[in-house]
Parts: sequence; C-alpha cells; structure tokens
Amino acid sequence: MADENNPNGKNGKVGLVDRVKEDIQAMRVDFPSKAKEQIEGLKDPTKTQVYTSIFRHKHDDTPRNRALGVLSNVFLHLHPAKINRDAVRYSYTWGMGGITFFLFIILTYTGVLLMFYYHPSKVQAFRDVLYLEHDVPFGKILRNMHRWAAHLMVIGVWLHMFRVFLTGSYKKPREFNWNIGVLLLVFTLLLSFTGYLLPDDQLGFWAVTVGTNMARATPLLGHEGPFGSMLGMTPYNDVRFGLLGGSIVDANALLRSYIWHCIGIPIVASILMIVHFWRVRKDGGISGPGPVMLAAEADKPRRGPKAAGE
Amino acid sequence: MDWRQLWEICSAPDNVPIVGLIPLLAFYIYLAWRQAHANDELIEQLEGDAALAKTHHRKTWPFKAGWQKEVHVWPFLLRIEFLAAIIVTIILMVWSITLNAPLEEPANPNLTMNPAKAPWYFLGLQEMLVYFDPWIAGVVMPTMIIIGLMVIPYIDTNPLGSGYYTWKQRKFSIGTFLFGFIILWVAMIIIGTFIRGPGWQWFWPGQTWDHNRLIYEVNRDLPDIFGITSNLAKAVFGAVVVGGYYLLGGFLVYSLFRRYMAKDFKRMSLVQFSITQFLLLTMVALPLKMGLRLLWHIKYVWITPWFNI
Repeated sequence: MADENNPNGKNGKVGLVDRVKEDIQAMRVDFPSKAKEQIEGLKDPTKTQVYTSIFRHKHDDTPRNRALGVLSNVFLHLHPAKINRDAVRYSYTWGMGGITFFLFIILTYTGVLLMFYYHPSKVQAFRDVLYLEHDVPFGKILRNMHRWAAHLMVIGVWLHMFRVFLTGSYKKPREFNWNIGVLLLVFTLLLSFTGYLLPDDQLGFWAVTVGTNMARATPLLGHEGPFGSMLGMTPYNDVRFGLLGGSIVDANALLRSYIWHCIGIPIVASILMIVHFWRVRKDGGISGPGPVMLAAEADKPRRGPKAAGE
Repeated sequence: MDWRQLWEICSAPDNVPIVGLIPLLAFYIYLAWRQAHANDELIEQLEGDAALAKTHHRKTWPFKAGWQKEVHVWPFLLRIEFLAAIIVTIILMVWSITLNAPLEEPANPNLTMNPAKAPWYFLGLQEMLVYFDPWIAGVVMPTMIIIGLMVIPYIDTNPLGSGYYTWKQRKFSIGTFLFGFIILWVAMIIIGTFIRGPGWQWFWPGQTWDHNRLIYEVNRDLPDIFGITSNLAKAVFGAVVVGGYYLLGGFLVYSLFRRYMAKDFKRMSLVQFSITQFLLLTMVALPLKMGLRLLWHIKYVWITPWFNI
C-alpha cells in the first residue's frame, strides 16, 4: 500500500510523537547557536537594542560624540556643547549658581522625605519633629541636612549675586536675567523663612512672630502702618491677617507656612529657575571671563538707536 | 571677658552659617580683588600701548596662537560640576553629622523669647528696627532693596567691566555695592547676631548677657532740639528737613557726578540719573540716621500724626 511508504504515516498525517521528536532535534541545533549568538552579542552591549534605544549615539572619544553626550541628554542639554576655554575657571565663576541649584535639589529630596513624617497641625507638628529626631531611622541627619542645606543655599545665592555684580554680568544683554535672579533671591529667603516656623518650636514661633509683626506696619495695608487705620485696617483684616490666616501665629499660620513652603514657593521658584537657566543660554552663555575693554572703546556706540541715528 | 557667653553665641547652631559666612566672604573678596588687580594692570598696560592693544587677547591668562579657543563641556565643565556636587555633599554630610539642627521647647505664645530674633538672614532688617519704625525697616526698606537691586542693570550705564573683574573701571558701582552688601547688610547681620542681646541691647563680644540690664536712654526728636512744640510746626519742619536732605543731597550727587563721573553722567538719561540719586541718598540715609541716634540720641526727624521718620 502506498500508505506504508508515506513518511507521514497511515493517514498521510504526521504523528504527534514524530513532531515532538523533530522539534527536539531542531531545538538541539537552534538553542546552542542562539545562545552562542547571545553570548557574542553580550560581549558588546552597546550594540543591543535596549542600549541603542537609550543612548542615541556612540561613545568613542570623538568631538562629535562629546558634543552629542551633552546635547542628547535632557539633564545636560542646558549646557552648550562647547564653551570658552576660560569659562571653566573656578576663580571666575565661583560655581555658586550651580551649587545653589544643587542645594535646591538636595532640599527638594530631603524635604519630600521629611514630608512623610510631618503633619502641619498644632497638635502633631512638634511631636513629629521629636519623633523624627529620636525614632525615625536617619531622621536626625535628614532634618539636619535639610536645615543646613537651606542655610548654605541662602549663602550660595548671596555669593552668586556678589560674583555676578563684581564681574558686571548684569550688563547688556543680561539685564532681564539679573531681575529673575533678584526674584529668585527673594524666593530663596521666603522659602527659608516659611520653613523656619514648621518645627513649631520657640525659635521658629518667635522668629516668625517678629518677622510677620512687620507686616502690621505696612503702609496703607497694615493696621499699625501709616494711614492703615484710616483705611479701615484692623488686626482682623489687614495684610498680616492674610499672611497668617489669623491675628496671631497659630494653627492657620502653620498650615499656610507649610503649603507655601512645600508647594507654592517651590513651584514659583522652579519656574523662575527654568527661565533663569534658559536666559543664561539665550543671552549668550555665561558672561566671561571676557576680554577686557579699554575706556577709549567704550565711547564708541556700537549698536542701538543712537548708533543708527549718527 | 565672658568666654562662655561668646562660645554660646558663636556655637548656637543657627549662628554657625554666619560664622562660616565671614571667612567665605573674605576668601571670595580676596579672589575677586586679585583678579581685578591683575585685569587693571593689564588695562593700564594696553591703554599705554595701542599696538599691543590691537593684537593682545585681552585676558590675564596665557593664550597662544593655535590653542583651541573653546573646550568641550564634556568633560571639561561636567567634571568640575560633578566634583563640586561631591564636595558640597560631603561638606553637608559632615556638617549634618556633627551639628544638630536647633530645636527649642514647643512654641509658647505666653513665653516670649528674649532676645526674640528673626532668622539670621533677616537680622540686618531687625537691626534697622532700632533706628527706624517698623513700616520703614520692615516694609519700605526691603521693598526698596529689591527694587534697587532690580534697577541696577538699567541705571548702570557704564559699558566697561562686563564679563571681567575690575576695580578701576567701575569704582563707583562696585564701591556702592560693597557698601550696601558688606556694611549695610552683612555687618548689620553680624551685629544682630553677635552683639545684640536681651532687650536688643548692645553687648560687646565677650560681655555677659545681663537680662536685667536697663539703659536709661532719653531719646529726643529733632524738632525738640529746635524748640518746636506744635504738631503742625513739627510736621512742616520734618518735611523741610527730609525734603531738604533729598534736594541738597541730590544737588551734591549731581555736582559730584558731573565732575568725577562725567562720562557716566553723560550717558545717563534724566530718569536714570534721578533714580540713581534717590536710591543713593536713601541708602546713605541709613547710616546718617544711625549716626543721629547713636551720637545725639535723636529718634525722629519728621513727626506727623500718621507716621514718623
């Protein structure tokens, strides 16, 4: 019968056992060869699809790759690919702007961790700080780091402003960015100040009391300020009341302070930082160290309406 | 000499940043001064040698033909940033391990701290409360500082000194800023931190804080000295004095500007010059008023039913 010669069995169909056998045989060839390929591939992981999907360029030491390393990275692309050879000199920049930003990141990080352990209420706040200091693992160093980074940030901002002033970096075309910087200085101080109240201890309470008492004396808008009472200002409707959510530093002030400290001001400051960094680039990168200008050259108008009119 | 008192003030955790700020500032002023000095020498040299000025690369650092003018950010800048981040982290870690953040007793509105001090960075303003009413020291002055800082780029018409340290090309602006920042801001903070004790009284470093010390200080108002008694006369007198200060002072500023800063004055518009005059006089008014108070015990200059200055 023709059927007996049929390699596919009696019915002309392949039996299950034969199929399995065949597959096993194929597997003996396929898997070792694929495994070999895999091992070969792992010897150069930069060629894998996962790797190339993350890193869009090679890392051979070529000028092109050095540039791409900066330009194709979302965190580094704030930088240009190349800068003036003298712009990296620490003696010129003092690095204070970058250090301030780095401290802001540390403060955000430690601040978020602190928020896990803190309730902004009069009953809980002080106890939370005690709990943090004595029971939470690494709680004490967490709070210390947040406190000292905040102080360092204030100093960093001042020194940054000092350097920018001394190098005349606020001059054309960077006038607007200096203004953003002044606002960032104010918000840094406000961030620190609003955080001062949060432990709800005597130090914070009286510092904020002293600080906000000044608001009483705001001209026109404070009940003790010039012309304030004439405009109907009382302790219960003036600008200080608005700041504290009450006529004394109490539960509402604590909550307001907390929200300004953790949400309101960080958002505004972050937006201003984005503008600040963007403008540094758009205004031509960092200001120097530039070539010195001689007095004789200063009087020649180079650009602007005056030059056009002459 | 009460060393213990001194140590208590200097080692109070929240005062440590100020103790640290002093050497930091000294270091950076030195760093800036050294470069300004070198640049000023270069400028002097180039101004005397026109041929050299045309070919010189105009920096104090060496540069030779054939050297690359630019360097790659990766790695030449990023390695510095990375190093800075590590150093800051280490400093912060060590500081946080060795010194604990302050925590006092729970807030108690019935137990006033004496002295009750604002956070250290506002102590300059709190110190001003001695000499000015809160509406000036706490509201007007901070506002003026912020506005004053913001208008700096628009009133400084001197095109020299952009992008390099210099002293000789920007004596006035740098001198004014140093006066404002170092004397009126940092020095006041140092006084507020280290000198002011209970009752916001003056205690020299090393003097024991005496909580019971009383000072019988009789302050007078300027109109009293001139024997002016009626309220109306006092108000008019004060307005004349303050107005006269700004008018005469403004004239003095003008007179000095056109003589000693002729080029800058020529570049300034009327608005630019008026704002400069006003801010400068207001800034100088602070130490003047402090002097009136400290030397002649004068509290107010201008007294009205609504406000006193």
